[in-house]
Amino acid sequence: MIRFDDYVPVVGEAVTDELRLLADRLHGTTVCHVNSTPVGGGVAEILTRMVPLLNQLGVPTDWQVIKGGDRFYAATKKFHNALHGVSQEITEDDFAVYRSTQEDNLAQLNLNSDIVFVHDPQPAGLVARKAALGNRWIWRCHIDLSNPDPRVWTFLAPLVEQYDATVFSAPAFARRLGVRQVLIAPSIDPLSNKNRDLPPETIDAVLTRLDIPRDKPLITQVSRFDRLKDPIGVIEAFRLARAYVDGRLLLVGGSADDDPEGKQVLAEVRERVAGADDVLVLELPPTSHVEINAIQRASTVILQKSLKEGFGLTVSEALWKGKPVIAGAVGGIPLQITHRHTGILTHSVEGTAYWIKQLINEPDYARRLGENGREHVREHFLLTRHLRDYLLLFLSLNYPGEDFICL
Amino acid sequence: MTTIAREPFRFVTQVVQIELTGLKARTVAELLEHLRVVPPSVIHQHTHRFVSDHQFLSPEPPNDFAYWVTDILGERRLGEQLAAVDIVRFRSIETLRTAIIDILERYLSGASTVRPAPEGTEFHLMKAVTFVLPTPYEAATLEAFVHCLKKVSIHSLYHHMFEARLRLEREQNDFSAWFARSLGETDLAKAVAMLDPYTQTMEGLRRRVARLVEQRLREPSR
Repeated sequence: MIRFDDYVPVVGEAVTDELRLLADRLHGTTVCHVNSTPVGGGVAEILTRMVPLLNQLGVPTDWQVIKGGDRFYAATKKFHNALHGVSQEITEDDFAVYRSTQEDNLAQLNLNSDIVFVHDPQPAGLVARKAALGNRWIWRCHIDLSNPDPRVWTFLAPLVEQYDATVFSAPAFARRLGVRQVLIAPSIDPLSNKNRDLPPETIDAVLTRLDIPRDKPLITQVSRFDRLKDPIGVIEAFRLARAYVDGRLLLVGGSADDDPEGKQVLAEVRERVAGADDVLVLELPPTSHVEINAIQRASTVILQKSLKEGFGLTVSEALWKGKPVIAGAVGGIPLQITHRHTGILTHSVEGTAYWIKQLINEPDYARRLGENGREHVREHFLLTRHLRDYLLLFLSLNYPGEDFICL
Repeated sequence: MTTIAREPFRFVTQVVQIELTGLKARTVAELLEHLRVVPPSVIHQHTHRFVSDHQFLSPEPPNDFAYWVTDILGERRLGEQLAAVDIVRFRSIETLRTAIIDILERYLSGASTVRPAPEGTEFHLMKAVTFVLPTPYEAATLEAFVHCLKKVSIHSLYHHMFEARLRLEREQNDFSAWFARSLGETDLAKAVAMLDPYTQTMEGLRRRVARLVEQRLREPSR
């Protein structure tokens, strides 16, 4: 069971005291989160931790999940892709099944809390009940809406504009709307297996078990085998840098068995590195959180050379381990890395190679970047900051239009 | 002998929520147009975000405008001019806004080419919504003040040193005002007011203020 007090040693008492103070000011306001899945995916992962913490802080919080049939989920999957700007064939039937599923759920769900907090497009239409209930509604969009398919957006926008406030993860993901738009970045949990501190023995044991030699500095990219994560670009950058530095490239990704495109990318990666003893390609099952944690902690430099990215929280996970990170300047990554201050942002294979060389050859600078990066994450991308932003969001509903509020 | 203040100093703290305005700029000219019309809280956010966000860093980087112009547009000269804006000397956000606008206008009048930011690196204008909260820390003497100063969060320090002057347009920072008004410690008030809070980290600033108060406490005239 997750306990609020366990975060005190990680973030300090000043931060946890501030959270208690903010929660007190809500005077028992009740909140209900609504999303479309109880497990799997980033939203469920965050709610699993956020909901108990809110309750422990004295904000009675509930979490309800909408139900829908295969046709509904097929339609919302198409909506999701279309909102990301990927062309989809969407029929009137898709819109109809969306509407009817909202109606079905309105008959089932209890949405009487003071604040209803709806996540993503799937349950967005529940807002139709807002006027009748007379409570406050928030819509949190976890996806990038910068370039949506106009047909789906035209359908969704009138729903979104009925909310009291909307929340986006990055400024670039938002659109101009007639309602308040609050910026709340996602977060990592410093106490999860993926991020918690590990004793050196555990790190050693994991690396031994996975046959990862530590005779040379490890330059690591952890991400699925996907063209948008540019694993081939990573190999090319490493090869360019390799002329000047002695290191080993480690490409770690999930198993690509159930993903035809991933399988193909992995095959290309393997072909590209065939015979190279300074490149390791590792497939790990999706539950390998401690293993990934240990690999990141054993690495000298961590890469996230994405060509396109959502928020890219893997960057915060790497920074949290105090590692210098070189990452593509895409999606939410520039929010996590201020170039040359908390990490390195690059735009090309050559740029990535240049910075690999610099960071391996200048360990003091690399260490400083890593330290700054960790502090940046401590301040901005931990679950406690996310919790604070939610509490402020709830409080701000009582002060519409004000930008200096004395509580 | 310990002097008891006429009124205790009550430390408050602040937390900030960021709102998106939906406005973005791809060029210096677009940025200038937006800066003319955005609410003061937008100017405040982009000139002060680094102070509170990157409190653990050395003085750089100074403000969002300078960072974007230098690192994204590659306009180093303009970036330097924006970074050199001496924020501490401004008594209000509006005068600060005017100073930034002047620099951008001068640059545009002499610029032969106006380079746009690559896609995805536009400047997004945001505003800060500030929530001020009480803390349990209260001091009626300099001794108690130093004790509390070492305990409060950097957000509290930030509020009393920065927000008081620029956003609330008070004559001086809250600490100096209290030293002078409630304790008659005018020299100490002046010494703290002379600190440039923009050229050091928040932790550095905390140490400097604490050191000044501790020096005063050691003086034999007390």
